[in-house]
This record gives sequence, structure tokens and C-alpha cells, in this order.
Amino acid sequence: MNALISNLDSVLASFWATIRLTVVSAIFALILGTILATMRVAPTPVFRLAGTVYVNTLRNTPLTLVLLFCSLGISNVLKLNFSDDPSVNGYWFAVLGLSAYTSAFVCESLRAGIGTVSLGQAEAARAIGLTFVQSLRLIILPQAFRSVIGPLGSVLIALTKNTTVVIVAGYAEAAYLMSEMIYEGSGTVPIFLGFALGFIVLTLPTGFFFSWLSKRMAVVR
Amino acid sequence: MRLRRFGALLLSAAALSSLAACGGGSDSYASVVEKAEKTKKLTIGVKFDQPALGLKKPDGSVEGFDVDVAKYVAKQLGVDESNISWKETISKNREPFIQQGQVDLVVATYSILPERKEKVGFGGPYILAHQDTMVRGNETSISKVEDLKGKRICQASGSNSYKRITDPPPNGRSIEAQLVPAGSYGECVERLKGGTLDAVTTDNLILAGFASQGGDFKILGVPFTDEKYGIGMKKGDTSTCNKVNEAITKMYQDGTATQLLQKWFGAAKGLEFPTTPPQFEPCS
Repeated sequence: MNALISNLDSVLASFWATIRLTVVSAIFALILGTILATMRVAPTPVFRLAGTVYVNTLRNTPLTLVLLFCSLGISNVLKLNFSDDPSVNGYWFAVLGLSAYTSAFVCESLRAGIGTVSLGQAEAARAIGLTFVQSLRLIILPQAFRSVIGPLGSVLIALTKNTTVVIVAGYAEAAYLMSEMIYEGSGTVPIFLGFALGFIVLTLPTGFFFSWLSKRMAVVR
Repeated sequence: MRLRRFGALLLSAAALSSLAACGGGSDSYASVVEKAEKTKKLTIGVKFDQPALGLKKPDGSVEGFDVDVAKYVAKQLGVDESNISWKETISKNREPFIQQGQVDLVVATYSILPERKEKVGFGGPYILAHQDTMVRGNETSISKVEDLKGKRICQASGSNSYKRITDPPPNGRSIEAQLVPAGSYGECVERLKGGTLDAVTTDNLILAGFASQGGDFKILGVPFTDEKYGIGMKKGDTSTCNKVNEAITKMYQDGTATQLLQKWFGAAKGLEFPTTPPQFEPCS
């Protein structure tokens, strides 16, 4: 317990790193996931195929491998880097890996949401002359998003917890500091509980907020 | 009904596993020496991911300097190497594994430190390692520790070697190097190779192990700090500690130690090997 209090600065800084990773990755994952969902329901077979291949690859690959590919593959072997400053570079590779991985789950949630919109809506949209993109943007996606707020909240919580493995991409966050502190030998259980509490503080309100939002925004049919 | 049956199944499984856990205790011997004499078996903790020190090969066997030292010591305790069961100990779990009796001895780049001595006992040290720095073979701008200022050095998880560089004295040298976090020293070396960091600094034996795996690296050969690699055992197991120290002395006297050092680290440049055992820590 003492170790947690005496290192409070670095503990808070490490959780701030977790939050920064989560929020930015969530934004990118949402954008990429929406694009993927659009591709997977598109009338063009090539888009559908590309979306399906991407989602099935990323969704079935362990996150650690995705991140390791980012750091050792892209950064180290291909020598494509975001920045010369290692901490900035590590951060963006972590964001890249997390959002590439999470977008597959966002896409699948969203596709389920599109499935809840009745076929008549799409047909009516086509009947009044809207194009595919227009009908998706104006009619289908707004309803789809509102029906999958709950599942997207779960994806966000999973993302928060998934940030704990980004050390393989070269970025240190809360879980890394935790294992360092345990290694330094200042007691295992209090540190573990302290960090677990920190994650609960992050994820529990997220869960409550999303279930409140999904009730509020539910589409009444 | 089905749910209840499932619950009963779970309960009985839990009961069985707890029974098994009770039966499997190996704490019924007063010391490791006694266990070795009576059962002719030992469980030894080594690293599985440290080339030339403790490395698990794809066929399941382990190899390295630490492994060979462990085999030698076990033999002196009367245990044949085929009766040793190897267990992976990582930096974080060495003390708990010893305290819980999951391993009898630990030979895993285990530095003897005062705070560790509060929890476990040590035999040895069997070798002194020194912190050194490894750079790419074509590196010209780094030749001494002070040159690391502004360079990217590796901060490997579960190791505090970087603090000897970046921390203020007396702990370190206040050299402002940029830290690149990584999961392990293996990753560090991979990144050193690829150029996403400039130097890896830790115990020279660990560095030499990686260097011996191939790749164009050089060790600066400007050692600082003494890392006394000891053999970990339960605290207060004096008879085992004495016996282990005897074994280590013998290992140096009959030339096995020099031979093993040559075998595992001979390829690395800039290392000198001792021919006499290091000064032993008192067994208490």
C-alpha cells in the first residue's frame, strides 16, 4: 500500500497513459469499424470480400501478435516510424495496433445493428431515389448505431483492458508499471488490488454510461 | 435440475483439485540436501528465455550456463541430471516459487541482493556478472557509458538495469538517455538490430548470450556494478547452502567452470573469465 502512495505520481501518470491510449484508439476504431461495416454490406463484391478478410483476420489474431507485428514488423523491419522520439513512436504504434484490432469488433457489432433495421427501411430509401451511401448515412446507420450502443460499450471496456498488453509495441501504461512495481518487490497483493481498482474506476462508469445511453437512445419500433 | 447437477460437478472438481494440491506438497523434507538424498530428485528453476544462460529449446530440453551449473551442483548433491525437473522461473516469481516450495533451487541469473536475502537464502555466488552495454557492430558514436546521453536505450520489463544509467547517484549515473520500453531483452536485441534503439545495457553474461546467437553486435567492455549470481533456496537452509558452496568450489577446482564459461560465452568479445570461485556470501 505504501508503495502505491509513495509512487502516486507515476501511478496516476500510467493510468493517464491508459486513458490516452483508450480514447484515441476508440475514436480510430469507431471510424475504421464504420468504414468496414459499410464495406461488408456494400453491393460491390470486392468491398464485401476485402471487409470480410480484414475482419476475420484481425478478429482471430491474438492482440499481442498484432501489436508485435506493429513494433517489430512495421517499425523495426520495414523502418516506417511515426516519430524519432521513442515514447511518441511507441504510443502511435500502440494506437495503430489497438484500433486495427478493435475496429474488427466495432464492425461486427455495427453489422448486427444494421441487421436490426427492417428491410422495408432500406427498400423505401432506395424507392425515393437515395444511393447506397445516402441510404446508409441517412436512414440505416443512425438507427443501427442507436441499437448497438450497449455492445459498443462492451467493446470499449474490452479495449480499455486490452491496453494492458501494449508493452510489446513499446509503450508503457498502467499494467507495465504494475509489473515493474511488483518486480521491485514492494508487496504483490496490495499493488495488484490497487491497479485492479484503478481499472474498475475506468471501466465501471463506462459500463453504466453506455447502458444509460442505450436505454435513452433506444429506437422504439 | 441440470444446473444443480452442473454445480455439483464443479464442486466435486474443486474439491478434487484442492485435495491434489494438498497431496503434492514437497515440503516434508528439512532441507534440499535431505530431499536430494532421499528421493534422488530435484526441481530446479531456470530461465527459459535467456540464450546461453537458460533457454528452452523446441524439443523441450533446456540448455545454457545456468543449466549446466545446476546440473553440476545437482550431481554433487547426488541427483542425476535425468532426475532434475526443470521449471521456468521468471524474474518476478523467483522468490514466491522458492517460498512456496515449487522449486528446490533457483539458478536463473539470480543476483544476490540484500532485499532478496530477507525472503530467500543464497548459495554462491557462482559467477560475478557486471553491467555492460551492447551496441550494433558498426556503431562508432558510443564507446563508453557517458556516450549514452540522448541515445535510445532499452527498458526491459522485469529488469532495473536502465536505472544504473538514468537514476541519480548513488543508484545510477544521471545520464539522460531516452528509454524505450520493451517486453523482454529478446525484444530489446531485436530492436537494436532493426535500429529502433541504440544500446542495450544489462549484465554482460546476458548480453554475451544474445551476441552468441548471431547478429552483428559488440559489447563495449566497460563494466560497472557487480552482480553476484547466486543459487536461490529456502531461507535458513544452511546445510544446502554449504553443500552448494562446496560444489561450486569443486566446479572451479576441476576446471569445469572455465570450460563451461568458454563453451557458452567464448564467442563474445570483451569478456574475461575467472578461474577461481567468487568470494562466497556467508550461509546464514
